[in-house]
Amino acid sequence: MNPVHTAVLVMVGLGALLLVAAATLTIARMARGPSSLDRVVAADVLVAVVIATLAAEAIVNDHATTLPVMLVLSLLGFAGAVSIARFVAERDLAVRWRDSDRPDQGQQ
Amino acid sequence: MSTGVGVGDVLDLLGAFLVLLGCFLCFAAALGLLRFPDVVSRMHAATKPQTLGLILLAGGVELSLRSWAAFGTLVLIGALQLTTAPVSAHLVGRTVYRTDQVRHDLLARDDLATDLKAAGFELGPAPEDGTGPADDDSRLS
Repeated sequence: MNPVHTAVLVMVGLGALLLVAAATLTIARMARGPSSLDRVVAADVLVAVVIATLAAEAIVNDHATTLPVMLVLSLLGFAGAVSIARFVAERDLAVRWRDSDRPDQGQQ
Repeated sequence: MSTGVGVGDVLDLLGAFLVLLGCFLCFAAALGLLRFPDVVSRMHAATKPQTLGLILLAGGVELSLRSWAAFGTLVLIGALQLTTAPVSAHLVGRTVYRTDQVRHDLLARDDLATDLKAAGFELGPAPEDGTGPADDDSRLS
């Protein structure tokens, strides 16, 4: 067994453990919410975790076939985040955003 | 290094290390996502693997594959991510602010509120009982 290859496998294996933990924590946040925007942000991170997994797999097996998949995923996360952000805005914006002489509630 | 370790081996090790670093950033982001108090600070954690992490991963893959075809695709991935991540983060942050999901008590200063006030806007009152910003999100569900 080539020692360099073993070292690569160990490092990528450690990375895979971190990715499993990351995916678990992200899904926990996605389940817990509380708002849909929390879930959007969590979904973005989950997509990043999947991309990282594909990269680690490409390194271990020494092939480039999953690179287009990584490309598509990186665009998919963007489209999802933008569309859900717009969707939430359309539902809530008109009601909550208005002129008013109420004292600013944002001051501490 | 005199025991027949070639340049390729060093690049392989470096690539694997970069991928490990990217995986660590993913983990750190997930940890921040779970522990931070509101959406805006969670977005702060979430951007780490999306930009720096993805670039580290792309560099790691290129260092171990060492082909021009892979290089082109990886540069495209990095460039697209760098241009789209700020756009989506801006839209999400804008929606977060306008639907009043920011924890104002955790902010040191809020420049946007000052500017909006100068422009004649005011964030609408929290419904019925509350004077404070809503962080239970029962209205958004």
